[in-house]
Amino acid sequence: MSKYTKRFDGRKMDELRPIEAKVGVIAEADGSAYFKIGKTSAYAAVYGPRELHPKFMQNPKCGLLRCNYNMMPFSGMGNRVRPGPNRRAKEISLVTASALKPVVDLSNYPNAVVDVYIELPQTDAGSRCAGICAASLALADAGITMKDMVAAAAVGMVGDQVVVDLDYHEEQPGDGLEAVDIPIAVIPSTGEITLLQMDGIISKEDLMKAVAAGKKACLVVNEIQKKALQKKYADLTKEATQIVGKPTAKASKKKTEVEGEANE
Amino acid sequence: MSEIFVENRQVVVPGEVLADGMDYLPGQGAYRSGDSIIANKIGLVSIDGRAIKLISLAGRYLPKEGDIIIAKVKDVGMGSWRMDVNSAYTAMLPVKDATSDFVPKGDDISELMKVGESVLCKITNVTTQKLIDLNMRGPGLHKLPEGQIINVNCNKVPRIIGKQGSMVMMIKEKTGCNVLVGQNGLIWLAGSPQGEVIAVNTIKMIERYAHVSGLTDIIKLHLEKVCEGLNLPAAEELNTNSLRLSSGRGGGSSSGPRRFGGRDNYNQGGQRPRRYNGPPRGARQ
Repeated sequence: MSKYTKRFDGRKMDELRPIEAKVGVIAEADGSAYFKIGKTSAYAAVYGPRELHPKFMQNPKCGLLRCNYNMMPFSGMGNRVRPGPNRRAKEISLVTASALKPVVDLSNYPNAVVDVYIELPQTDAGSRCAGICAASLALADAGITMKDMVAAAAVGMVGDQVVVDLDYHEEQPGDGLEAVDIPIAVIPSTGEITLLQMDGIISKEDLMKAVAAGKKACLVVNEIQKKALQKKYADLTKEATQIVGKPTAKASKKKTEVEGEANE
Repeated sequence: MSEIFVENRQVVVPGEVLADGMDYLPGQGAYRSGDSIIANKIGLVSIDGRAIKLISLAGRYLPKEGDIIIAKVKDVGMGSWRMDVNSAYTAMLPVKDATSDFVPKGDDISELMKVGESVLCKITNVTTQKLIDLNMRGPGLHKLPEGQIINVNCNKVPRIIGKQGSMVMMIKEKTGCNVLVGQNGLIWLAGSPQGEVIAVNTIKMIERYAHVSGLTDIIKLHLEKVCEGLNLPAAEELNTNSLRLSSGRGGGSSSGPRRFGGRDNYNQGGQRPRRYNGPPRGARQ
């Protein structure tokens, strides 16, 4: 097996690409989020619970979670893709829904649907993980009952090394190196795995190592998700105090200062 | 040993551990897993003795028995209306729960209320399958006259109403608008054009900053600032009697085409005449 000693972009073996997360980015949606990891970025918008059509899909026992994953035609390597769902997008939509289903509770919404739309304007590997992270944020932002968030990250092997969060270059390393890509989604509080896929050939021992590394990475992602949600409301609080509170407080402070000087 | 990790009115996210140990109980928006109490949605913490619950910050309206809401006619049936209540489910308003007048079987009830019209009504029953029954025979329940209806996050409605209606009273006073707030997040308002704009902006502002404490003062300052120098005329009080659904026939049998008086009564009581409502009653024979 070929040696992979230094990563192409200079990261540590267990280091994620820089992450940026933001909540409430789409005004008309019930919940929305933006999740960017390295050069891969995903938007997610949640609508619902709302009436479900076509009617034959309605389930009188429980609400339905419907996901739609879409890479924009101009994302990726710049080879234009035919727009609309293809076989890959349909599969990823399905696994995204099943990765999120274990946490969301729609038992109080019979016959209804929660729609999750995931759009990726730019992709550089790890797009389904970014999509799941964004969708989980958007669901929380939409006020859906969920026992926990879902955090996702890709792990894998390049040559003989277990690495975290592969980018496109690492997925296609060349130079006689073989790559394995394993996207993982985890419920952070329990450590349960809700998504586990694999592309490549790997030994059992290496797989266990990779999964352990993936779980660890997901916890890091989850912290960023939590902060993003909190930040939305913290920012609004700041904004509200700035509208009236702060300027007047400052003005009165100045006044007293001036008065103080006059008294002296 | 029990331990609590959050403060009152702190924003928490799903999966966040609120407390450890059996001394605390999970309320709405929280669940117990093993020893810990965990949040299951985004919300503000509210600690009430031993119970820890969450005040929701987001989410669509879920119909609840006893709520006073604003509903819009979606479809007219044989003896009932199908109403849009701004949620995932539609509601049913039977004629017998809409008017105290006798409406003969087979009458066209769209003469009482047409598709697209809105009413203030009450939810009387919600089943597990979310079949919803409405009633508008109670006091203060009526058809909504001309005006605009805006949509806000239903979780922020208590803030828009304020303690004992303080917030909404303030908006009414300052802008001179009539305002009716439905628990489902629909708000009807009518007044001078300028007053309506200020009222809508203020309501949107309350919705945006609902989780901030001391909001009443902020809104008060804001309203004083924007209403300064404006002389907004106060809207006349709603004449709810004239807005009740009524066949206007006194229940007796009559010859000739049947007429329902509900719409004709619209402008009695000096409402501004925005729409031509047909000739006065006496002129029609």
